[in-house]
Amino acid sequence: MKGVGSHAVLVVLADALGALPLRPLLTVFPDVAGPLFVDFPFETQYVTSIVYVSLYVSVLAVTISTLVSIPIALVVGFSDFPGKRLVTAVINTGMGFPSVVVGLLVLFAVSNQGPLGELNLVFTKEAMIMSQFVLATPPITGISLAAVTSVRADVRDAAFALGGTRTDVALTVVKEARYGIATAVLAGFGRAISEVGSVLIVGGNIAGAGGVSKTRTLTTAIQLEARQGRYGTAMVLGALLVALVLVVNAVVVRLGDGGTLR
Amino acid sequence: MSIQRRELLAALGTGATAALAGCSGVLGNEGGDPGVAGETLTLTTTTSTYDTGLLDALNKPFQEMYGVTVDAVAQGTGQALETARNGDSDVVMVHARSLEDEFMREGYGVNRRDLMFNDFVIVGPESDPAGIEGMGSAADAFAAIADAEAQFVSRGDNSGTHTKELIVWEEAGAEPGGNWYQETGQGMGEVLNIANEQGGYTLSDRGTYLSQRSDIELTILVQGPIEGGPELLANPYGILAVNPAVHDNVNYDLAMAYIGYVTSPQGQQVIEDYTSNGEQLFFPRALTEDPDFEQYVPDGWSAESEE
Repeated sequence: MKGVGSHAVLVVLADALGALPLRPLLTVFPDVAGPLFVDFPFETQYVTSIVYVSLYVSVLAVTISTLVSIPIALVVGFSDFPGKRLVTAVINTGMGFPSVVVGLLVLFAVSNQGPLGELNLVFTKEAMIMSQFVLATPPITGISLAAVTSVRADVRDAAFALGGTRTDVALTVVKEARYGIATAVLAGFGRAISEVGSVLIVGGNIAGAGGVSKTRTLTTAIQLEARQGRYGTAMVLGALLVALVLVVNAVVVRLGDGGTLR
Repeated sequence: MSIQRRELLAALGTGATAALAGCSGVLGNEGGDPGVAGETLTLTTTTSTYDTGLLDALNKPFQEMYGVTVDAVAQGTGQALETARNGDSDVVMVHARSLEDEFMREGYGVNRRDLMFNDFVIVGPESDPAGIEGMGSAADAFAAIADAEAQFVSRGDNSGTHTKELIVWEEAGAEPGGNWYQETGQGMGEVLNIANEQGGYTLSDRGTYLSQRSDIELTILVQGPIEGGPELLANPYGILAVNPAVHDNVNYDLAMAYIGYVTSPQGQQVIEDYTSNGEQLFFPRALTEDPDFEQYVPDGWSAESEE
């Protein structure tokens, strides 16, 4: 079910890609772009499976990150405790944590010799989700925290005065801060889907002999094409990645608007 | 105290992973077939077998025959062996006999077989600033490059090709270093691109060079043994199973099935028939009427035990 849906979206995406934004390239680099866009250089199934893996891993990781981050942001934002500045500093530092280091740490954790070795997670999507979760959580928490703390105190007071429970107050704050939180989620998603270092280490960039991706994402596929000197095809995949990020941004912004109009 | 904390961490980790794994049920293949069907073999190998496309051609019939999946992870020879040392792969296909021997001596690898070979070539710009074209000795060619301080791009990644490069430098009696020598830490394809951009020399396996030749302007200046060049540039590939006595989680049965397949007449024929741009990239070596017992043991092993 899920797979069918994403495939249908993709075919449309691939078509749109050939037709719309890349045409100008033809005039700029006629000899490079010319042959590329006459025939799409990959098997459709290969590309759709790569995009599917990219989306599957990033969306799941960001979803889990969001579920973890928002409560943290609310708690840190609305309570005073010793070491609060330290916690904030740690969160902000985490935003710049290098992805290869995260990849290495997750690899050590899931490797057969590591604490999670029993679970056989090396070179699986689950391991990739773990590393992307670690990468996406700090930006989502940090930006959500900023958004939540900028909600004016009288909004909270009003919600409380109207008889709201703690949960009601929290929900009101989240609703007020939804644009900031949407930005946070998008920042986390952007970090996850465009990241290459950790998914390469823990995922292994595996595609089956039949041309179906297991742990190959758009970024690692681009790296593979570039390694083989096929810069043209790498660019096509790069354009697809940019288009994908654009679509996800549009969808998230649209969802935010739907909330206000209602 | 510390033990309790570790247990707590492990429990937390397990819980989190189980939650993550639960999410992925959509993709799991729940095959009820008996035997090995539905199982997955993790193969760590070198960029040269992967980037040339040989593995795809080789693995397809195996996957169909057994109903299994082969997860091929392309790393350098050093990294591929290291992954296997940690028990994270089942079978290794690499090309650096000295590293393979070390791997076997440490007890990590069993049942090594010779698989196939091709050779290394020294490639460089057509202008050939060090004047090595047509030299009969790889060591002399490297010495000339060092003397001329001509640009040389090295893999620098502990791969099979890098290991061979260091052996040739040693034979040449030259110490690579200085501005003209660049360690990139990249795969073969990437190194060919860099050498191409900078008009430098490099040592490449013939397979990767041939499959990429149409995109770059480097030419072969010193041939390997396939075209009558020095024997020093031979490039033999071996395949080994990870020792199940060391890592009991490895899929040893399937690893041996895979080794059996790639060294069978059918697998060897696939290697023989595989071409890129009309040229054969790898030459099968597993089948011979004269037994070669040295392929099963580390180099010089019998001499050692007789002492």
